[in-house]
Amino acid sequence: MTKSKKLTGAEIFLECLKEESVDTIFGFPGGAVLPIYDALYDSSLKHILVRHEQGAVHMADGYARATGRPGVVLVTSGPGATNTVTGIATAYMDSIPMVVFTGQVPTALIGNDAFQEADIVGITRPCTKHNYLVKDIKDLTRVIKEAFYIATTGRPGPVLVDLPKDVLNASIEYSYPESVELNSYHPTYKGNLRQIKKAMDIILKSKRPVVYAGGGVVLSDAAAALKTFCEKLKLPTTNTLMGLGGFPGTNKLFMGMLGMHGTYAANMAVTNTDCLIAIGSRFDDRVTGKTEEFAQYAKIIHIDIDPTSISKNVKVDVPIVGDVNNVLKELIKLIPSAKGLKEYKANIADWHTQVDKWSSTHKLSYKDSPKGRLKPQYVIEQLYKATNGDAIITTEVGQNQMWAAQFFLYDKPRTYLTSGGLGTMGFGLPAAIGAQVAYPKRTVVDIAGDGSIQMNIQEVATAVQYKLPVKVVILNNIVLGMVRQWQEFFYDKRYSHTCVSVAPDYVKLAEAYGAVGLATGKRDEVASVLKEAMKVKDRPVIMDFRVDPAENVYPMVPAGQPLNKMLLV
Amino acid sequence: MRHTISVLVINEFGVLSRISGLFSGRGFNIESLTVAETVDPKISRMTIVTSGDEAILEQITKQLNKLVSVIKVHDFKGEPHIERELLLIKVTANAETRAEVLRIVDIFRAKVVDVSPRAYTIEITGDEEKVEAFKELLRPFGIKEIVSTGRIAMPRTPKHHK
Repeated sequence: MTKSKKLTGAEIFLECLKEESVDTIFGFPGGAVLPIYDALYDSSLKHILVRHEQGAVHMADGYARATGRPGVVLVTSGPGATNTVTGIATAYMDSIPMVVFTGQVPTALIGNDAFQEADIVGITRPCTKHNYLVKDIKDLTRVIKEAFYIATTGRPGPVLVDLPKDVLNASIEYSYPESVELNSYHPTYKGNLRQIKKAMDIILKSKRPVVYAGGGVVLSDAAAALKTFCEKLKLPTTNTLMGLGGFPGTNKLFMGMLGMHGTYAANMAVTNTDCLIAIGSRFDDRVTGKTEEFAQYAKIIHIDIDPTSISKNVKVDVPIVGDVNNVLKELIKLIPSAKGLKEYKANIADWHTQVDKWSSTHKLSYKDSPKGRLKPQYVIEQLYKATNGDAIITTEVGQNQMWAAQFFLYDKPRTYLTSGGLGTMGFGLPAAIGAQVAYPKRTVVDIAGDGSIQMNIQEVATAVQYKLPVKVVILNNIVLGMVRQWQEFFYDKRYSHTCVSVAPDYVKLAEAYGAVGLATGKRDEVASVLKEAMKVKDRPVIMDFRVDPAENVYPMVPAGQPLNKMLLV
Repeated sequence: MRHTISVLVINEFGVLSRISGLFSGRGFNIESLTVAETVDPKISRMTIVTSGDEAILEQITKQLNKLVSVIKVHDFKGEPHIERELLLIKVTANAETRAEVLRIVDIFRAKVVDVSPRAYTIEITGDEEKVEAFKELLRPFGIKEIVSTGRIAMPRTPKHHK
């Protein structure tokens, strides 16, 4: 037996990342993590140097959403660590696998208010799936192994590992544990077969079924299974914001997104259904509106890997705890031999007619005129054309996010990356950079508002440094549009602090960073601007589209109202 | 509706904060909480008295189970079990009332653990009902201070094996 060589904690850290097949980390150095940065100097691991730690976390998040692999972040102690909090909370709300490594002051100084000390484990306890402080180098490999395991299994989520400087400097013989022993963590992957059969019975007895599929479909790579399931049973399907791309946006069965800014058809169908099949979704308030009236005539089937999601907001009839992909496959297996399949298909014919009618009477639309001001929706439609729909779209938060959800059709999972749960402005640009790092050849576009883009604009420098051709489409309406919209509807048009007309010249700003800047406010220039932007392959492009400040997102269900009470265009 | 929940957790730093943080973050009630090591020193038991309707209790149980540090959650509702808490009560006891206080202490099988010219400190163990009755009886004499351990619980061993 060969005795393995002693390695420092910092070296062990890098070895562990190799074991976990990590190819890229997003980070920013500082005192407490200097030992790791010193070891990185000789390492082949790709490190993306960000300009702000929040950017690093959103990049790792975008990388994870685009690839399905965990994003990895490395930052220093104190402010480095606290700057990650918004990013971690964003990933936590959307169940994104991620491991964040923070430096910490030496163990002997912990609790002493040392320079750049922050109790990051305490701070992030409520917004991580789990977190660790490694106090002894003997625990280092086990903790890292567990961190990746917990982040990527069950309902995924961010895990934080706090690494004191003395642990990174200490030495020990290195060996990576082969397996994880956690006697308190056992996610359920296989759905209960009896429940699955019961669900199938209810579906086949229904006359007005609807599938309401969320981000869980994307997370468990179940898009193919979902498509088969819905097509075989001819199920009208709607996606949540997080679910977009989990079912093909161009499929005949697709009704569009549901919820506050959902389509008329989706919201009416969910209101009137007698059998709601919720798949990897969590009955968020932006989806349900008034919960008492949400799918009130329906038997509700709910498939989710997280038991806490079940009957949390809306009581369900048939809960199935398990991995969405597994459960869907089990359901599909039952279809050929299912009793009453023929009658079912005959029974739902009228329902399809009804859904089609809803779809055609109130399509997503906006008032456009060639002579009027440029409409943000028009820009997104043109973007869809310019990319043939083949792009990874990230968004900021607000109107830009909703229009991006409505007017771009997502046929594939992991192509619409958005901060759905937390609603983090400043997410889109770094997330786009993370996705572009993972897929250098693909078209990656951040659809942004002029409010959000400034929240992490500094990361343009990161994109320039690594020659990442991220495209930023700013729908520049000189206001914080979604808040302005609420002020118009619900606060008597008292536009308190929502005008952000003092803003940089984005073309000059882009050029100052070494990126390409383009701008237009004219309808007939949009296509050519986009075309020019798509040609750029070696640096980011910022496009400033000056759009109509008065434009609102429709349909809209006012908060707390039932879904069928929509304000329409 | 009040519930006594027993939670087995991994005995590591920060675990109490994970549990209490879950309750405060999600707006659940904690009426009392006790923690101590079990037979296995790697595992601790927390006994939490909480309240809420069925849906809330279901969420509490599920959310606790979701924490990586939690091994097992057990709600004692509707199951034969033993509950105890220990109280130290400082009650005014002067020359006139001493005898009466002692009589009550005797009836409840409590214990006087400290005596001063004007007060007794009494130790009592029991379930909620007994402890409450005891407090009620002492109240007229003037209770100066109460310190309680909070409740602990254990299921009864089944008497007949099927």
